[in-house]
Amino acid sequence: MSGHSTYQPQSAFMKWMEARLPIASLIHSSFVSYPTPRNLNYWWTFGGILSLMLGAQILTGIVLVMHYVPQETMAFNSVEHIMRDVNYGWLLRYLHSNGASMFFVAVYIHMFRGMYYGSYKEPREVLWILGVIIYLLMMATGFLGYTLPWGQMSFWGATVITNFFSAIPLVGEAVVTWLWGGFAVGNPTLQRFFSLHYLLPFVIAGVVLLHVWALHVVGQNNPTGIEPKSSKDTVPFTPYATVKDGFFMVVFMIVFAWFVFYTPNYLGHADNYIPANPAVTPAHIVPEWYYLPFYAILRAVPDKLLGVIALFASILILMFLPWLDTSKVKSARYRPLFRQFFWIFVAVCLGLGWLGAKPAEGGYVIAARILTIYYFAHFLIILPLLGFIEKTKPLPNSIEESVLGHGAAAPKKA
Amino acid sequence: MTLQRSLLALVLAAGFAAPFAMPAGAAEGAPEPPRQSWSFSGPFGKFDRAQLQRGFKVYKEVCANCHSLSLVSFRNLAEPGGPGYTPAQAAAVAAEYKVQDGPNDAGEMFERPGRPADRFPKPFPNDNAARAANGGALPPDLSVMAKARTYERGFPRFIIDIFTQYQEQGPDYLVALMTGYEDAPQGFNLPAGTHYNKYFPGHAIGMPNPLNEGQVTYDDGSPTTPLQYARDVTAFMMWTAEPHMEARKRIGFQVMIFLIVFAGLMYFTKKKVWSDVHGHA
Repeated sequence: MSGHSTYQPQSAFMKWMEARLPIASLIHSSFVSYPTPRNLNYWWTFGGILSLMLGAQILTGIVLVMHYVPQETMAFNSVEHIMRDVNYGWLLRYLHSNGASMFFVAVYIHMFRGMYYGSYKEPREVLWILGVIIYLLMMATGFLGYTLPWGQMSFWGATVITNFFSAIPLVGEAVVTWLWGGFAVGNPTLQRFFSLHYLLPFVIAGVVLLHVWALHVVGQNNPTGIEPKSSKDTVPFTPYATVKDGFFMVVFMIVFAWFVFYTPNYLGHADNYIPANPAVTPAHIVPEWYYLPFYAILRAVPDKLLGVIALFASILILMFLPWLDTSKVKSARYRPLFRQFFWIFVAVCLGLGWLGAKPAEGGYVIAARILTIYYFAHFLIILPLLGFIEKTKPLPNSIEESVLGHGAAAPKKA
Repeated sequence: MTLQRSLLALVLAAGFAAPFAMPAGAAEGAPEPPRQSWSFSGPFGKFDRAQLQRGFKVYKEVCANCHSLSLVSFRNLAEPGGPGYTPAQAAAVAAEYKVQDGPNDAGEMFERPGRPADRFPKPFPNDNAARAANGGALPPDLSVMAKARTYERGFPRFIIDIFTQYQEQGPDYLVALMTGYEDAPQGFNLPAGTHYNKYFPGHAIGMPNPLNEGQVTYDDGSPTTPLQYARDVTAFMMWTAEPHMEARKRIGFQVMIFLIVFAGLMYFTKKKVWSDVHGHA
């Protein structure tokens, strides 16, 4: 979307159009001639995969809505109606429910890639913050969507999560009543959650446009973390990035299809095939897998209000990452110490996720506390300090040099 | 960036999802249900028509006295991927049932024989009547029961399950439950009106032992043991829970073939396109 378009309208109509609404040159400069670093690896294909998943979720969701009934006595059965009586309804529903999980798999890979290669650093701070906003919106959308089948886990998950707000001093209870539209999770809650679940994906699409816009202003980061200096460092988006993204999208779809067709309920909970029952609480109320690390942080804190604050802080702290990381070098490739701490951080997140699915008792709580402290220490102590104490490796002079090896004598591979 | 590293990315993606997919509802303090061998497991699994028909007989003669099957219609019995009845047989099954309909032109409710489009009638007019007849416990609907029960697999088996496609925890648990009745151990305080079951969470279950030797007559010579009944009716419940499972796995295989070929073509296209960029193979 910046001024690198080489688009020349050919036909008389396109010339006429270009003078009035230069949409063709906008598309051309964004997705055809857009210079993309030549050394991007496959971790960089997840942005495209995420766009694909957003589109797929919106499409399957729109069709599901044609058959779904957002009403407390009918919601569960309407989902079963989709599974049984709607032509390929089972496929639509499994695509949508597993698609949500795949969306989060992709976004977590995308975020960890950004962290590893320092993609949040100058000049990409706004790009990163927009990404965190998209992630927050995704979490809200996923949570709202999980309540819609109105099974036991839908109902009790909604009860637990909305109860977070009751921790707010003085007005907490009033806020929760307002959120529920009543004095307990019920039909008004389901209907507003449905409305918002339909709305938020389009808000996400809007922020994605801003995210892509910001990306096209500052350009993509790359595994070296050094900015492209000449046209030798880049290749045009089409065909190079298009075909590479396309290949990996198909590979990602194989994983997606495996879950949809062979283990469609693996990522869900058996309890959600029991209709919602306010009188019976499930033995373990567990949120969807993608929230589990944060759920572990919530439960690690003994005080309810502080737990909720820790939960939100653990996500919002990501917004400050560009300034918490003080290192001048972006890529972990040239940061030997950071690279180790990065993988420890990944392990800590996985560990928190595992603990989030465990009952909050005994050793699990102690482990969750240690990992929670480490989680925050990673952002508040380790990253700021590393910038000062870490001895980074020498950076290559250019992307081209890093690809071809040092000196001009590098062999040319066929 | 090599293909190996891309594949590593993929494995990590799957592995990342895995640790969190912890099924709820595990029976604490209960032994693990034994693995059964199911015709419908695995990527090419299909229902055993004869088993579904036997299971349906067990449901009709035993379970249906207390448990509803409210999401299933008689017509489903004749649909592909199910027990394999003909439409005429399904209509005959429906006609055995009395279904309440109405109001008619006189404003009155009336009973008529069931039709293929009708759902299986519930054994009790409402939940309170069901509770009153069952010592306060509500016999749950069985339509999606095979997907609504599970047991905890634990690390690392829940990761392996992705690759082996083991997802019959529900059916395995149901068989174990139906055959898990025994005398309460010494000192176990069994509440009045409940029965001791090895596999039920908390062990005190409202349902009395449902299956006894020779209770249901089989015409195909299959053993008439409680274990066989339990397996057959569980297979039937798996079908009622997932009536399009056969179509799902069949289409899944076609989709997999397509995607793998497509991915191969894309890979070589990518290789060709990138071949003129120095430093890329």
